Amino acid sequence: MRFLREGRAQTTLILVGIAVGVAVIVFITALIQGLQSNIIERTLGTQAHVKVEAPDEVNLRAPLAANTTQLVLETRRAQRLRSINNWQRVMAALDTLPGVKAVSPVVSGPAFARRGNAVKSVALVGMDPVRYQRIIPIGDDIIAGSLRVGAGDAVIGRLLADDLGARAGDKFRLVAGDGRDVQLNIAGIFELGVRELDQRYVYLDLKQTQSLLDLPGGVTVIDLTVNDLFSADSVAARVAQLTGLKAESWMQSNAQLMNALTSQSLSTAMISFFVALSVAFGIASVLSISVVQRTREIGILRAMGTRRGQMLKIFLVQGAVLGFGGSALGAFAGYGLVWVFNTFGPKLFYIPVAPILVPLAMGLATLTGTLAAAVPARRAAHLDPVVAIRYV
Amino acid sequence: MSEVREEVLRLAKLRKSYNVGLPTEIEVLHGIDLTLDRRDFASLIGPSGSGKSTLLNLLGLLDSPTAGDLFLLGESTRSMDDETRTARRASAIGFVFQFHHLMPGFTAIENIMMPVMVAQGRPSAETIERAWLLLAAVGLKDFADRRPGELSGGQQQRVAIARALITRPALLLADEPTGNLDTKTAADVFALFRHFNREFGCAVLVVTHDPRLSEVCDRTVELVDGDLVSDIQRRR
Repeated sequence: MRFLREGRAQTTLILVGIAVGVAVIVFITALIQGLQSNIIERTLGTQAHVKVEAPDEVNLRAPLAANTTQLVLETRRAQRLRSINNWQRVMAALDTLPGVKAVSPVVSGPAFARRGNAVKSVALVGMDPVRYQRIIPIGDDIIAGSLRVGAGDAVIGRLLADDLGARAGDKFRLVAGDGRDVQLNIAGIFELGVRELDQRYVYLDLKQTQSLLDLPGGVTVIDLTVNDLFSADSVAARVAQLTGLKAESWMQSNAQLMNALTSQSLSTAMISFFVALSVAFGIASVLSISVVQRTREIGILRAMGTRRGQMLKIFLVQGAVLGFGGSALGAFAGYGLVWVFNTFGPKLFYIPVAPILVPLAMGLATLTGTLAAAVPARRAAHLDPVVAIRYV
Repeated sequence: MSEVREEVLRLAKLRKSYNVGLPTEIEVLHGIDLTLDRRDFASLIGPSGSGKSTLLNLLGLLDSPTAGDLFLLGESTRSMDDETRTARRASAIGFVFQFHHLMPGFTAIENIMMPVMVAQGRPSAETIERAWLLLAAVGLKDFADRRPGELSGGQQQRVAIARALITRPALLLADEPTGNLDTKTAADVFALFRHFNREFGCAVLVVTHDPRLSEVCDRTVELVDGDLVSDIQRRR
């Protein structure tokens, strides 16, 4: 085994090569994972994982009489704001559905906010603060006043407050059409960091919103969060199947984002694969050279009674040791890079390194090293000792 | 030593051809008959191209004959597979080459134990003791921790001889062991061969170009163009 100690310069070079490769893999993987979880976290910080809504209204057609043909010109129906039928029962059922973490009924619809001469179009969100906070922790983003809805209180976004020239404690008026309007007190101002929401959302309690939107006792949306983010699709499908309602997962509503994430993961995998490939070629070439350089020694060892199997093992173990040692260094360097990025980088987000990543990369590198050593090892094992001894 | 003749090696009509089946097929050895016993200290001489090295490779089980058979310690080697031949080679034959072929990364004492280490891994206490004994016998007791690069040519060759004997082989094969040593050192090496031949009852066959050295041996076998032309015994 001490065979390896010869040619230290070469061994050092290839160790550094493997280390760089593994460091790149560890860093890139950690970076992309960090980036992706950050993006998902930001996206879902202001969104439910699954939205359950009433199904679209469609035209019903009378059955045809026998032996008649019918020409149809169908105009799609305008979708009015409707409540989910029997939503209390639906919600109770969803509460017990496995994989679902939180359920929150919401009434939402359009309105205008007026204060003085300013008129702004807003989205009303009527909710139960306790349940709603389990979906979106709005309470953490209150910058003025407090999260207090109901009984003439509302919570509005910071940009809307700016537009209305209002501060916490000021009054404003909501106009929901058909003469339904109400005077409200701004109990709190929130800032979610998403322009669209900070400019348009007005949080009320369920009852006020129901009466403003003329949906007494109804809710328009049931928001869900799920335990496993990426199971949202299957949970949505199951909800749709169980209730006959329209259920949309965050993956569907953010299809483009998902698409971007998937291609990003794919390109990371490609980079990792090709880096691993070049590391493998590096190991293979160093060991091939080493076999040629040591032809005579191999011949002697064979003449002294080293079996082919032992010869094979020596070189396979060398490959494994190179892979293991190099990846240990590389994992260390990768950690270093991540640390540098977290400490001195743009600080846009923090990269956590999954603890599994290091043993995984090392295991993979060791395996790659062993596989890469296979070809030179076979050559060494099959050298004819007679030829090998006379080799100069 | 006892006078019982104990057969170590017997060749029966041994033939070797190269490029078998090709138009360039050439027979190098034309049916060699030869017996070596434990007491033999023999030299193999012959002009270059006579087939000495080929014969030595066959004797050392490094190569297999085209026809005929080779009996090592009474056992036919004709139908042995590579594993078995390697095992026999490890247990019964010691090699000394023209170049010492020591492992550059290991000390003298480690090089001597190398054949045992490749066979069993860690050397046993007994092996270590024997290695020191052999090192003393070749007069290099003070050089145990030197690496081959730090030894002179004669010293390297003496380490190589000690290495060849660590497994207590029945047969020691040497291919031009003194080819690149001066006369005085060469004579010392031959004296060592004789010493081990008597001490361990180990048959020694030395391939050499030097007629003066071959006369030191008890027996000289001459090979010319693939045939044994003479077999001189010098009993003393």
